Amino acid sequence: MTSPEHPKDVSNSGGARNPSDIVRSAIFDELVDRWLSKVAVLVAIYVTFRGHNAPGGGFAGGLIVGGVFVLQYLTGREPHVRFRTILHPTRLLGFGLLLALGTTVTPLFVGATPLESHIWKLDVRLIGEVKIVSSMFFDLGVFFVVVAVVLMILLSLGTRQSTVFGDEDIA
Amino acid sequence: MALLVAVLGLFLVGVATAVGLRRRPLVGAFAGLAVFLAGVAATVVEGVGVDEAPTATVKWLSALGLDLHFSLDGFGVLMSLIVLVLGFAVLTYAIAYFEHDETFARFVGVFLAFAGSMTGVVIASDLFTMFVFWELTSICSFLLIGLNDKSESARQAAVRALLTTGAGGLCLLGAVALLQVDVGTTRFTDLVALQPTGTLVDAAIVLILLGAFTKSAQFPFHFWLPGAMAAPTPVSAYLHSATMVKAGIVLLARTSPAFGESAFWQWWVVIAGCVTMLIGGWRALRQNDAKLLLAHSTVSQLGLLTVLVGIGSPLALYAGVAHLLAHAVFKVGLFLGVGVVDHELGTREVSRLAEARTRLPLVTASLVAATLSMAGIIPFFGFVTKEKALVALLEADLGNVATIALVGVVAGSVLSVAYSARLLRALVRRPLGVAAEHHTSRVGAILLARPVVEAAGFSLAFGLFASFVGKVLVAPALSLDADAKGKLVLWPGIDDALLISAVVIIVGSFIGWRAPLTATRTGGTRGERTFDRIYDSTLGFAKRITAATQTGSLPMYVAVTAVVATAAMLSGLLLDGFPSGAIFVDDSPMTVLVALLVAVFAVATVVVPLRFTAALLLGGVGYGIAVLFVMRGAPDLALTQLLVETLTIVIFLLALRVMPRRFAPASQWVPKWARAAVAAAIGVVVPCFALLVRESREAPSVAADYLTRSVDEAGGANVVNVILVDFRGFDTMGEITVLAIAALGVVNLVRVAERQRRAKSAGSAK
Repeated sequence: MTSPEHPKDVSNSGGARNPSDIVRSAIFDELVDRWLSKVAVLVAIYVTFRGHNAPGGGFAGGLIVGGVFVLQYLTGREPHVRFRTILHPTRLLGFGLLLALGTTVTPLFVGATPLESHIWKLDVRLIGEVKIVSSMFFDLGVFFVVVAVVLMILLSLGTRQSTVFGDEDIA
Repeated sequence: MALLVAVLGLFLVGVATAVGLRRRPLVGAFAGLAVFLAGVAATVVEGVGVDEAPTATVKWLSALGLDLHFSLDGFGVLMSLIVLVLGFAVLTYAIAYFEHDETFARFVGVFLAFAGSMTGVVIASDLFTMFVFWELTSICSFLLIGLNDKSESARQAAVRALLTTGAGGLCLLGAVALLQVDVGTTRFTDLVALQPTGTLVDAAIVLILLGAFTKSAQFPFHFWLPGAMAAPTPVSAYLHSATMVKAGIVLLARTSPAFGESAFWQWWVVIAGCVTMLIGGWRALRQNDAKLLLAHSTVSQLGLLTVLVGIGSPLALYAGVAHLLAHAVFKVGLFLGVGVVDHELGTREVSRLAEARTRLPLVTASLVAATLSMAGIIPFFGFVTKEKALVALLEADLGNVATIALVGVVAGSVLSVAYSARLLRALVRRPLGVAAEHHTSRVGAILLARPVVEAAGFSLAFGLFASFVGKVLVAPALSLDADAKGKLVLWPGIDDALLISAVVIIVGSFIGWRAPLTATRTGGTRGERTFDRIYDSTLGFAKRITAATQTGSLPMYVAVTAVVATAAMLSGLLLDGFPSGAIFVDDSPMTVLVALLVAVFAVATVVVPLRFTAALLLGGVGYGIAVLFVMRGAPDLALTQLLVETLTIVIFLLALRVMPRRFAPASQWVPKWARAAVAAAIGVVVPCFALLVRESREAPSVAADYLTRSVDEAGGANVVNVILVDFRGFDTMGEITVLAIAALGVVNLVRVAERQRRAKSAGSAK
């Protein structure tokens, strides 16, 4: 989204320039694209998985990934172009919900109460014992839902032309 | 029970046909026929001639006491056989009837699912199980009536049927709840043994009767059944004459031994049944369309069955079971026969039925035989069962109720003889014109005609071997009521009942033979119009309510919510006293400082004139709260709050791009001080209430319990996360669902706005 096409962006955001203009610079772009986003996604995954034992979890992890998308968006390219490689967000949303729902009802099939946790302990060579709790999948579902929600809001609000509502006051 | 496997098989094949085998419905149809045969075999092997009725329980929600109970007792065997055998016959018929019809796959799918649901209804051994399958039959019926989804009248009829039977289903659910609470069981055998009484039981009785009356099209709910004739003939023949509408009768048969003693029950049943009989009979006499004639006659016959089964006399119950069989056999034959005429000659008009005589002699002969059975003429089965009904009502020791029932049944029988006579005359008189040709393959013709001829043959054979059939029917009747023992004979000897029959037949034939074959056409029936009026006014009322309460003013919504919340919490505060604020005593000055800062941000948010600044200040409030979370030892909350706050600001900025810089001046109709007062009130009351709730804790906190269980049971050291994904996982499930819905809402709102903008700019360009 470039400002010459949408001069109202400038006039409407109150004297300040368009947010995408503020942070746009080649170096920043490079930094965000090459490094920051990748590190942030790693952090998000870490936060998600550590959630069961330390501060974090699917919600926080999802929000961090959402933050990455926001950063990428702020570097000033059309989100639809940027995020084309990502699965369609509505499908991601459905996937997350189904994952959480699946974790909720699966215990019913083995005669347990809904959402009852099962703990697997695996012995992995070199790493040692790895504990996997079934509620991790629930948390992953939450993660995907949050990512999808952020992405959907960003895609719909972010690409709208500034004349969606015209100049009328909708307050 | 192997029959349950067959029921499951019907559902599976049905779904597979409707979803997967769309292009090859015949495969599904033949699979369905095989399942029907298997079901019949299972029923006969397991249910016939055994001393103890086989039972089965399917665990569902055992913790709530909601399991599905089935029992294949005598009545269950009879009804299952009717459902499955007729299902087989109608499906073979449908294969020819739907030749080259693209809706066939859908028909087969829903039809099989319906047959499975109906089998479930008849072998259910408690009211709850029956309710589950009952609702399934309503849904299947809706889909089948609306099979031709391009016809508006079919869709309307489908909606009418669904709403009427669905309302009845709700009543039934109410009865289930009342009985479960008051009596402690909904098992039919327990209810019969307990003979419950009381106010709540009376309420349950009313609900059960409403359920039965809506399903079996009893007055005043008789209007939906003729409308359901918009469905293709096999559907009408199966659902709306032989099986689904019998569900109400089945319900009455199962519950009348339990509640039939109450005068309340008897009066309701008899009045509804008699009125229905007369209305149905009278309407049937005046129809031009043979299918509608049969539909109204079904309504009338259902009235008779309701009286017999519901009146609470064991002998009448036996007669009712017998007549149920008789009706199922002759009515399926009549419907399918008229369907053949329609399919071959392209007409269903009563005045042109005679044209079938030369083209379809066998079908016409079968139709005549089935009509004679319907009229109750010796030696057909209809005669035998109607005689039994009259005898039962003459002998019933029930006082006025039985007298009224007898008068009603006699009057209804006159009408049913009359409409049968009219149909008979239409069939046998000299045809006026020559029918148009229609091509049906030889195999198709055989498939179409076979069930019709068989139904007529059985109507005759059951009549000729009445005493044998009567013996077979003893077990079904006994399984309902231990006293309901009876026998059937073809020639009862000259008695009161026979004399009444003779008079009925003479008077009825006279009326019917004289009745014009082309009646004056009336529009929709009064019942249908009333239904439509109720339906429309309900929707209109809802619209007016919505318009009155949902004004679309955001400040108004916020104000109403705030005022109501304030009032509720304030009343709590006034009753229980204001909190002391003791927990603040050992707070560090740092905390107080942050809290003050948050307050300053909050006030600033309200007073700044620019939207952008306000959004940033609001973010400041959020970050401040996150700091407070950290200070109070809630890192999880703080982390989440921080991230949410960041994202929210960005989303704000995105939205603000398209909004004016400054806030619009507030509208003047509410003064500024009032707005300030509402804001201040909610701002003060909510924290006070939160403190009060904390201070007035009586039960021990769950925190200790959660802390000890966290690692062992849920395998997590972070109890906050364990609460989210395990202990209170259902809440989280609900929350992410709400989140997903909100996101979809945002997407669609923006999309709508975009579309309107495009439409506007396209309009202004012109």
